[in-house]
Amino acid sequence: MISAYISGGGFLHRLPAGAKLAGLALTSLALLPVSDWRVMGVVLVAVVALYLPLGRAVLPTFKGLRPLLVLAALLLAFHIYLGTAEAGWLAVLRLFAMVLMATLVTLTTRMQDMLDALTPALGPLKVVGLKPQRLALAVTLVIRFTPLLVGLGLVLGEAHLARTGRRGNLRLVAPIAIQALRTADRVAEAIAARGGVDGVPPEARPRGDGPLRRAGPDDEDT
Amino acid sequence: MTKDRSLVHIALYAALIAALGLMPKFDIPIAAGIPVTAQSLGIMLAGIMLGPVRGALAVLLFLFVVALGAPLLAGGRGGLGAFAGPSVGFLVGFPVAAFVCGLVMRATRALPVFPAALAAAIGGGVIVLYAFGISGLALMAGLDLDAAARAVTVFIPGDLIKAVAAAMVAQSIARGLPSALISRT
Repeated sequence: MISAYISGGGFLHRLPAGAKLAGLALTSLALLPVSDWRVMGVVLVAVVALYLPLGRAVLPTFKGLRPLLVLAALLLAFHIYLGTAEAGWLAVLRLFAMVLMATLVTLTTRMQDMLDALTPALGPLKVVGLKPQRLALAVTLVIRFTPLLVGLGLVLGEAHLARTGRRGNLRLVAPIAIQALRTADRVAEAIAARGGVDGVPPEARPRGDGPLRRAGPDDEDT
Repeated sequence: MTKDRSLVHIALYAALIAALGLMPKFDIPIAAGIPVTAQSLGIMLAGIMLGPVRGALAVLLFLFVVALGAPLLAGGRGGLGAFAGPSVGFLVGFPVAAFVCGLVMRATRALPVFPAALAAAIGGGVIVLYAFGISGLALMAGLDLDAAARAVTVFIPGDLIKAVAAAMVAQSIARGLPSALISRT
């Protein structure tokens, strides 16, 4: 499964996903008007302290934040160049506080729990025809299609390299899309044959307790 | 177009946006060595190929999967942290950009695919997207709009190249698989 989730049993893991999301939204909104960099620094230290119970497992995530570090350095340099160094420090501290807080929610919440927490929030969209089970199926399809497309890109890229001695780069996008679209039509037929996007009621599903814990549709059809 | 086919196509373009951001091969090296990934190429294609509504839905689905915690943004970023970063304006602008791409594609039905798709990609994927991206950067980074605009100008040549690429890809797909140009059917 492609997900940044870190398993664990701490306080943040036990908190319901909905509570974490609401807390994150409220804290982020509260941080926007803060204009004292010292207050922001204290907030950042507190957020970093929340990472401590997760231990060494967060190190890969922190490595993934390196581009943000570069961006923050550029931002600070730009602010100093404009003569607004203090606003620059404030922006950089706020940036790290908000990103680290949001990342913390992602690290401690399973994708299935996140989906379950977000689905009721999308309830009003039923008016325009968005049913929760369609959304769940669509999410599953994206998670299944993405590695398929990356794989197609690698295969076509190698073939292009063998033929021409150069890397295909953007020239490969059209053939990838055409092959993927053919697959998509077969997947659509397979879904129609199984009763369509709204066809199978949740209680009739064979196993598992959510779409992300089931195998993708037509795994053999790659 | 059946509901099933519609949903699968929306999911497929959402996955294409993800795949284009993940494949390091598609980095376009431009001045100063700033890596420009092909993710926004996927946004442009979603609008051009699927039309305004389905295109925007594909992008929203992609962002939803990112928010769930899948590291699908360019360079393997993902999770809710991405929506708190300085590039959040671009993320908010993605679905609007795809919508505008689809609208332009529809409005230019009389034209051949390449010029219509190029106009769509530049209008939606560059002009509209940067309007959102610059506003977001100004808000998140504490810059004024003018300074934020200057900070992102280095990326514009890369995105213009991607707009041309998107138009070429759309033309190839329309030739190889005419039924895939859903925005015009």
